[in-house]
Amino acid sequence: MSDTIKNKEPIAPDSADERSGPLIHVAPSPHINDATAHTQRMMTDVILALLPIIALSIYLFKFYAVKQLLICVVACMGSEFLFVRMRGKALTLKDCSAVVTGIILALSLPGSAPWFVGALASVVAIGIGKTLFGGLGMNIFNPAMVGRAFVMIAFAQLMGAGSYENVTGLVDAVSGATPLSALKFNDLFMPASSLFWGTTNGSLGETSSAACLLGGLFLVLRKTISWQIPSGILLSVALIAGITDLIGSHSGLFLVHHLFAGALMFGVFFIATDPVTSPLTPKGKWIFGIGTGFLIMVIRLFSGYPEGVMFAVLMMNAVTPLINRWTNPQPMGEA
Amino acid sequence: MSLFRLKGFPGTGNFRHGIHPPDNKALSEESKVEVMDVPESVTLPLLQHLGVPCKPVVKPGQIIRYGEMIGLGEAFVSASLHSPIAGKIKRMNVVTLPNGRHLPAITIQADGDQIPPQKLWDEMRSKDWPRDCISIYDPLTIVKIIHDSGIVGLGGAAFPTHVKVTPNDTRMIDTLMINGCECEPYLTCDYRLMQEAARAIVTGALLTGRAVSAREIVICVEDNKPEAVKKLTEATEQTVIKIAVLKTKYPQGSEKQLIKSVLGLEIPLGGLPSDVGVAMSNVGTMATVARGVIKEAPLTHRVISVSGRGIKTPKNLFVPIGISMKEVIDFCGGITRDAARIIAGGPMMGFSFSDLSAPVTKGTSGLTVLTHDEISDEKETPCIRCGRCVDACPMNLVPTRLALAARYNSPSIASQYHIHACFECGCCSYVCPAKINLVQLIRTGKTLVAAWANR
Repeated sequence: MSDTIKNKEPIAPDSADERSGPLIHVAPSPHINDATAHTQRMMTDVILALLPIIALSIYLFKFYAVKQLLICVVACMGSEFLFVRMRGKALTLKDCSAVVTGIILALSLPGSAPWFVGALASVVAIGIGKTLFGGLGMNIFNPAMVGRAFVMIAFAQLMGAGSYENVTGLVDAVSGATPLSALKFNDLFMPASSLFWGTTNGSLGETSSAACLLGGLFLVLRKTISWQIPSGILLSVALIAGITDLIGSHSGLFLVHHLFAGALMFGVFFIATDPVTSPLTPKGKWIFGIGTGFLIMVIRLFSGYPEGVMFAVLMMNAVTPLINRWTNPQPMGEA
Repeated sequence: MSLFRLKGFPGTGNFRHGIHPPDNKALSEESKVEVMDVPESVTLPLLQHLGVPCKPVVKPGQIIRYGEMIGLGEAFVSASLHSPIAGKIKRMNVVTLPNGRHLPAITIQADGDQIPPQKLWDEMRSKDWPRDCISIYDPLTIVKIIHDSGIVGLGGAAFPTHVKVTPNDTRMIDTLMINGCECEPYLTCDYRLMQEAARAIVTGALLTGRAVSAREIVICVEDNKPEAVKKLTEATEQTVIKIAVLKTKYPQGSEKQLIKSVLGLEIPLGGLPSDVGVAMSNVGTMATVARGVIKEAPLTHRVISVSGRGIKTPKNLFVPIGISMKEVIDFCGGITRDAARIIAGGPMMGFSFSDLSAPVTKGTSGLTVLTHDEISDEKETPCIRCGRCVDACPMNLVPTRLALAARYNSPSIASQYHIHACFECGCCSYVCPAKINLVQLIRTGKTLVAAWANR
């Protein structure tokens, strides 16, 4: 990156000579900025919002959750260190973005997936998904989802519905298969309450809609994530699932499943809202949200996969530059 | 979105986007305007306004009286210059203003009998400014006096006022808007002036309204200045002037945003307020117009605020134009040990400078001295495309795109994304979580686009 604005080195007051008085430096305006706006703070906000989900996943999946989280966070930070070093750039671990990618990646994996799945996904997420594109802010695809897509295809056996059944713990009593697989392949419905509170099987972070909503609303209120993307996805998913529900006369349970089961709530608030890979303008964010919701439902209803959040987000990531171009706003006064 | 609603005007009292920086006006808003004594010398640059420099009409060694013209604004978009003190022309020299321009200037050494500045200020804040016999002044005479008095906009841009008020057959003025928003943080000079010299402002507004044959005159104030609203309400009783109390938000005081707020009208891109039938001027300018027309005195003094945590005692001052920044700072007790930046104007759009011999000019609305804790000097990190700059931009632009286009030298993209619409208010840089100075990149981009267009 060329640096047109070289950062002004802050001059410590004590570096000024006692007799000559304070050192005054000049810089272009504006001379003040919002101290509460900070990339690092946005990242720590996300980590904070993920805490209820982490806590619940540890409660549900015990050691499996702890192991997966540790593997992914350590591997993501390690890859960030390694790849940034290889590019000869200044270390960027301090911005916490690698930690966020690690946690989100871990929470999107099944607890029972062996250690190398998480580790490999992390290396791909940070190395190929992020650093190869130029690091934070430059990547086109959501890094965590790039990593997950890689292991999803490479280790379909370990990632598919089969792997969920090995998990021991609380959820074992409830069901082996994930709610969406059960629905897709066996036409079985779960009680809505267990979908909401999360006592079902699934990837670590996707089971409880309540925990995702809690964290997500916190992020929306803090303005760390946009409200347009979650609204867009939820609206279009609800609309398409609602219509399908009416046609198939599932008396509402179908709609409930598509809203609260699977990775929808987790994806809505923590994956699709990644600022780097989503559009800039409010209008673009609406288009992105509605498009993602639409693709999720297309994959869920018509493809071989029971779940579509990951691929939907990746596909919408790919069209984000185009959306940005379409939604170049008219400046004030331009009729 | 907002519960704020302006009553009695077509606009909502609000505009799209913008920011809410801490206004820090408490530092100086309670300090009454103090009058500075006649300085030993003043330095008057020949270009203190937007437009063509004025031509010197005096010679070194010449003795001059208070208010005598020393520079003639010959071109239409120019303004004459008058001596704020009685004295002797010392020399012609060159000064560097905080905005970086090197300009020829005239230095005057104080000599002989002076009019006490206190008398000028007392005259300004007196209650005797007329409100009802305005019609004895012919509109064209008012315009001529404004021209001859060297009056320019005192809000910051220093656009010659006579240009705005000269009748134009193709662009009729419907509404005269008097800008008392003062949305820049720290600055309180307009707030003090509205409280202490409301009657002068009202008289100036009535005179200017007559000059442009405005159907309506509106004084616009943000709702964080209740005292000013009170004083102006008293002063405008039984006049045609209306007062619009607007939502406190930066940049409410920007011409385009203010017209949108009050009248609900949008100036076409690249256009002027007169395109929508509006003439706009600052409250300080109005007081100067009143003084020019009624007392036949040119623009020689102005109110400035000196604020920020880097100044020992923040004050509002009535100073002669041409006094050095150093004298002003010394009058306020000097700067503190942890002062880090001295700014001519406010912290959002003001220019930082280091040469304290720079003079106060017609457009200097204040002097802000910020400490290390107040300024932004954090390292830039990569843009994470969060879109906060888009949500902050009052012109509805995509600042990060413009900045990126400038950084990677692509003027075609910059102009496609309407870089020319940016008026450099600084909202985008203020909200950027990556601490990128977007505005500065956009400024670079504008020069790139200009060079590219002339290739």
